[in-house]
Amino acid sequence: MSGSQSQNYFEIFRLPIDFHLNTQKLTEHYRELQKAVHPDRFANAGDRDRRLAVQQAANINEAFEVLKSPLKRARYMLILAGVDFNDEHETTQDPEFLMEQMELRESVAAIRGLDDPFSELVKLMQTIEQKKSTMIDTLSQLIDTKEYLDAKVLVQKLQFLEKLLLECENLEQDLADAL
Amino acid sequence: MALLQISEPGQSTKPHERRLAVGIDLGTTNSLVATVRSGQADTLADEQGNHLLPSVVRYTDVDVSPIVGQDAKQHAASDPLNTISSVKRFMGRAVKEIKHFGSQLPYDFVDTETKVPRIKTAAGEKSPIEVSAAILTALKQRAEQSLGDELTGVVITVPAYFDDAQRQATKDAGKLAGLNVLRLLNEPTAAAVAYGLDKSAEGIIAVYDLGGGTFDISILRLNKGVFEVMSTGGDTALGGDDFDQAIAQWIMQQAGITENISQNKIRHLLKIACDAKESLTENESVDLSVEFNDSNTWSGTINREILNSLIDPLIQKTIVTCRRALRDAQVNVEDVQTVVMVGGSTRNLRVREKLGEFFAQPPMVDIDPDKVVAIGAALQADVLVGNKPDDEMLLLDVIPLSLGLETMGNLVEKIIPRNTTIPVSRAQDFTTFKDGQTAMTVHVVQGERELVSDCRSLGQFALHDIPAMVAGAARIRVMFQVDADGLLSVTATEETTHAEASIQIKPSYGLTDTEIETMLRDSITHAKGDVEARNIREQQVEADRVIDALQIALQKDGDLLEEQEVNSIEVALLELNKVREGDDHRLIKTSIEKLNEATTEFAARRMNKSIKQALAGHQVDEFE
Repeated sequence: MSGSQSQNYFEIFRLPIDFHLNTQKLTEHYRELQKAVHPDRFANAGDRDRRLAVQQAANINEAFEVLKSPLKRARYMLILAGVDFNDEHETTQDPEFLMEQMELRESVAAIRGLDDPFSELVKLMQTIEQKKSTMIDTLSQLIDTKEYLDAKVLVQKLQFLEKLLLECENLEQDLADAL
Repeated sequence: MALLQISEPGQSTKPHERRLAVGIDLGTTNSLVATVRSGQADTLADEQGNHLLPSVVRYTDVDVSPIVGQDAKQHAASDPLNTISSVKRFMGRAVKEIKHFGSQLPYDFVDTETKVPRIKTAAGEKSPIEVSAAILTALKQRAEQSLGDELTGVVITVPAYFDDAQRQATKDAGKLAGLNVLRLLNEPTAAAVAYGLDKSAEGIIAVYDLGGGTFDISILRLNKGVFEVMSTGGDTALGGDDFDQAIAQWIMQQAGITENISQNKIRHLLKIACDAKESLTENESVDLSVEFNDSNTWSGTINREILNSLIDPLIQKTIVTCRRALRDAQVNVEDVQTVVMVGGSTRNLRVREKLGEFFAQPPMVDIDPDKVVAIGAALQADVLVGNKPDDEMLLLDVIPLSLGLETMGNLVEKIIPRNTTIPVSRAQDFTTFKDGQTAMTVHVVQGERELVSDCRSLGQFALHDIPAMVAGAARIRVMFQVDADGLLSVTATEETTHAEASIQIKPSYGLTDTEIETMLRDSITHAKGDVEARNIREQQVEADRVIDALQIALQKDGDLLEEQEVNSIEVALLELNKVREGDDHRLIKTSIEKLNEATTEFAARRMNKSIKQALAGHQVDEFE
């Protein structure tokens, strides 16, 4: 493997493997790296060199995307620590959490009929974001104390909330299209 | 170690020589070309001093080059079927997606087997790509006349919200016009460059771009010459033309016209609507008079209030999109430091008023909204072509619409979500459904909706030569790669045997290479000999690039190579230098490939070195 592709994402940015990363440094290093490898730097090079630049820039973008998102970063750290995610077949079994999810889903579905669906939707999305943020705090503690299996369960729950937010966005698009 | 000494292959590629590069704003209503001269970016005028070239092409006869610009525009009403305007709206689109006025299509479209629409004209059937190429050719001629030499490269701008098919169509048009397209640049990003470099701005800016036929909003973060697009949104079928249509529909309603009217009348009516719209930025009300037929002439008045009520829903639509773009960027309205207005339709007072309300600050309109995109593109072209080797400017753009695959039940599985920074590559694994299955079809779509039928179909990829195994045993990894232009390419490999599954791509809306070649051959300016000459020229240009880049690389990083490696590179390099002068484009191509092979390891080592250097000095302080 050439270039940055054989390194883990933290190594690419010369940052320690730590959930609490210095986001400012991450961003600075990201920009420095892209200045070196971005295909625009190879606009006058041959096709092969430009393709190589596209691959490198794509890999650095991927690494940046994962590290800057707390949820993706957590999941990535768990994978580095040997935790196996088999997303399709595994899901959370916590009945209380699942009940809450159903209620949230019903609230989303009910928004279409409301007088001011846009602002109601914004409020609901804020509620979900708050839940997410609380759970991410807990998640960071679990990673710090290396309680990886509990952390994994939390990552799966957070993925539920992400999906719900996506549904909210789709609903907003639907509502906007109907204008 | 001895450095290689090899004579300069092409005259045009001498180091330190300024290369001619231009930025082209290929607009729905008007197009422009700009370049950087003495450090200053400016648009280029035609002989009459006009900077804007109306994006109108008129075909008169089979053996005559089309008329482009103002002269063509004057015939829009008298010769509507041969005079094509707003062709940008048809780029990468099928006939059925083209917007109707009432129940009528604007031109005489041919129903063709391929999904690329064709318009019947006096010069034969023309695709939107060919019409766009005619506009680009006119701009190329203007630039070469005023700069006095051939262009080395161009940057063409596209709406940020253009999907893969629309981008591909634009790139094909550039190719057809004989341009070396260095980059497709998003229009709002180009505008940000034009503003950002002037003012060395930092912080978050919103670029609101409402043109004749397209709308874009981009949220960018500017930092030390890096323009990072955080999110983008828009509508490729919303613009000033829609304001005109709304006014025209209103006039028809007022005049009590319910049946279809002729193409000439539609053009006439749209012109009156457009004039009224423009006039209302100066005046409170405008008197109108439209002759529908001998017995029906309608007269009436339109005022700002009526205009506002007609266009408010359209403006509201753009504001919902702005809100979503802010959320995608994870910033609040208050975080936006500057709002930049781009595109002719932002001259509309109501648009400025509503945007000012939404962003709680007056939008910036310092640079002529018609020229700002071309100027930004010229600045980027100047950097890309290598005129500013020390420039730190870097544009990091995003993919505007999610890319996905069709899965069971007509559902879309998203592979790359919208607003992902490009270039990007993502892989998805597939397996076989039946024992012994050796082929499968992958359907690639673009869009945000859950159902395949609500998204844009980009193409079907048929995978063949999969090794026969029991159902579910094969692992086919399909790799999606989006380059810096926002263009997608797909490759596939069978993972368990590492057999490369061959891919057959059937673009839903694009042109195949064969079709482009046929078009070139058919076009009157390119006789058969020209196509051959062009193939040779293309390979020579690539050969020169490879040779030049390699020479620079050897000078800079020759120490990364062993003597023996240098020797094998030298052999391949000498060979390419020899065949480059010949007239066999296939032989040149093979020699380029051989040289590439000889330098693969060198290229990888150099890439590693530059990555290491980029973060040199960050070694120690990170682990505090």
